[in-house]
Amino acid sequence: MITLTINNTQVEVPEGTTILEAAKKIGVEIPTLCHHEDLCVAGNCRVCVVEIKGRPRLEASCATPAENGMEVFTHSAKVRNARNVITQLLLSEHAEECTLCYKNGNCELQNLAEEYYHDDEMFIDLAHEKEHHIDKSTALRYDPSKCIRCQRCVRTCAEIQGVNALSAAFKGKDMMITTFMEKTFGEVVCTNCGQCVVHCPTGALTERTYYDEIWEAIEDPDKHVVVNTAPSVRVALGEPFGLEPGTIVTGQMAAALRRLGFDSVLDTDFAADLTIIEEGNEFIQRLKKKFVDGEDVALPMITSCSPGWVKFIEHMYPDLLDHLSSCKSPQQMFGALAKTYYAEKKGIDPEKIVSVSIMPCTAKKFEANRPEMKSSGYQDIDAGLTTRELAKMIKQAGIDLTKLPEEDFDSIMGESSGAGVIFGATGGVMEAALRTVYEIITGREVPFRHLDIQPVRGLDGVKEATIKFENCKPEYSFLEGAEVKVAVAHGLRNARKIMDQIKEGKSPYLFVEIMACPGGCIGGGGQPIPTNDEIRMKRIEAIYREDAGKPIRKSHENPEIKQVYEEFLKEPLGEKSHKLLHTHYSKRNRY
Amino acid sequence: MPDTTKLIENLVEKYGKKRESLLPILKGIIEEERYLSEDRMLEVAKALDISGAEVYGTASFYSFLDLKPRGKHIIRVCKTIVCDMKGKNEVLKTIKDCLGINVGETTSDGTFTLLQTNCIGQCDHAPAMLIDGEVYNELNAEKVRNIIKEYKLNRQN
Repeated sequence: MITLTINNTQVEVPEGTTILEAAKKIGVEIPTLCHHEDLCVAGNCRVCVVEIKGRPRLEASCATPAENGMEVFTHSAKVRNARNVITQLLLSEHAEECTLCYKNGNCELQNLAEEYYHDDEMFIDLAHEKEHHIDKSTALRYDPSKCIRCQRCVRTCAEIQGVNALSAAFKGKDMMITTFMEKTFGEVVCTNCGQCVVHCPTGALTERTYYDEIWEAIEDPDKHVVVNTAPSVRVALGEPFGLEPGTIVTGQMAAALRRLGFDSVLDTDFAADLTIIEEGNEFIQRLKKKFVDGEDVALPMITSCSPGWVKFIEHMYPDLLDHLSSCKSPQQMFGALAKTYYAEKKGIDPEKIVSVSIMPCTAKKFEANRPEMKSSGYQDIDAGLTTRELAKMIKQAGIDLTKLPEEDFDSIMGESSGAGVIFGATGGVMEAALRTVYEIITGREVPFRHLDIQPVRGLDGVKEATIKFENCKPEYSFLEGAEVKVAVAHGLRNARKIMDQIKEGKSPYLFVEIMACPGGCIGGGGQPIPTNDEIRMKRIEAIYREDAGKPIRKSHENPEIKQVYEEFLKEPLGEKSHKLLHTHYSKRNRY
Repeated sequence: MPDTTKLIENLVEKYGKKRESLLPILKGIIEEERYLSEDRMLEVAKALDISGAEVYGTASFYSFLDLKPRGKHIIRVCKTIVCDMKGKNEVLKTIKDCLGINVGETTSDGTFTLLQTNCIGQCDHAPAMLIDGEVYNELNAEKVRNIIKEYKLNRQN
């Protein structure tokens, strides 16, 4: 242990602790910009400089380890003065258009400017001298005039996602954060996962917003606007309204959506249950083809719910696309049914339906716009909004989410099981699938206490589990005694570990779940900012609480799922399913 | 483009596939083609299994790794303060007159490109310039005209 004093207060910390972390321990908040607990140290913004007795220069506290006997001053006159100049320098390169900025009110640079308020510009405004090109791709928006070159996005894309779509280019005053040849996000290897957005301290990187169009649709009396909300939204939407991370606001969210004027408030979790039925059966079919029919079928089968992950494999492992389940994601299954099954049942012209999804995700925007996602004969999902965009709409409508009563989803396509809910956490799709697959094969419940498949839960990057099939039903006797190994990865860098094994032909798994974002959808690129591991864990715990509290915990027991097969789809993997619920993938360049 | 793909193959064979091979490979392409085209950068990215953005980040950092097509000979006149004080402007003007191009441009026959550079360490012999790898210093208008003339003649031979 190391003992030092910070602002004359003694503090004891383990060796290797930075001054920044040591200060946090005694409640001293040193401002930061380039620092993020998810990422490696960069030390380039200098906002966190502190004075260390005996050292001639101020040092970056995020990059300086605490030492025995150190005397640190975090807010001395010298530090405050330097921090003020540093802040003003950063602001001189930043387009100060706070009132025109989507991140107004949720911006780390703005907070710093507030703390180090200066009533006069200390330096020439350089932001407006530069030519800036705003990239407005389908999912993301990049405005370099607001970039302070802290490189959190570059580190996120490299360290968390292993994609490296962003890089620092040029040097000195011309240094900029950009893609290959300054192309748009739509043209490069970007997966649209939005982790760069979640990690950006300013308004430089944001999602492309669509709520203005949705307001328009809501106010159009000719349109029937249906909305579906992803599992992870209900455990995070409270945060922009000041609620603790991990607060469940499912009922209030449904109430808010109704008050916003959506004609029907439905649940993506219903479609998640549907995904499990289709994907579970696809998995069993693949096993049968492989082990009974001796066909050459790709195993492990890998989940396809995460559009960031799907685009990643299309770019990075185009030769392994047949490992992806052909199932559409819950969002797209919902969309395909909204303008067919739902329209039929409700007697509404599908032409008049506007189908909106509220997602923890930016890649969902891209997915909704994929050209093949028109199996209803219309664009299946008209717009995908992030959790942040929904929060903004609720605020624009003058609604205090925290004061709303709890309401239920509408029917049909509003009912879900606990299995559908856990899609929002890493490991959830695997757990939900196993709850159903095990029961199809053996006729019994999956042999875990309270159906909780603990080995696939939590924040470890790659998780494994083994399920042994015993006393199988006669038609599945080929699986008798089989020990099926499965794996779960989240964060695309972790996905690479699994994919490289498959590429080398050494994968021990038969079924793999991959989510693009760390923590799964609860840590998605469209979720409230900030997101870090502590917040991810709280949202995950909330997801499992929601699951445990559900009367139905297994997808195949969801009455609305039984109903949709009886009335419309007829059977899993049937003709209608293939037309509406399954898809194909495209090879892409590895820019 | 069979022979240009061969170029990348040869460079990768020579320098290896590690991340640190990137810079020598890019230099190797510059020696052959005098600039890094989009296609060439992508080929390098593929060969080293890194992203295009990483290649672009490195390529754009270094002034001598050009991203635009350049002439056969690249003239880089030092623009730093000592050369500036000792007559850089006259040097530049003479080259512009001889070749009929401005800074950043290439002659229509593709022979010369005129650029400026930061300090090339010739302050004690200012003003100075580089043509390709060669240093020319203590320049004046006449000397510049002769150098250009010589390059033009050599090209015809």
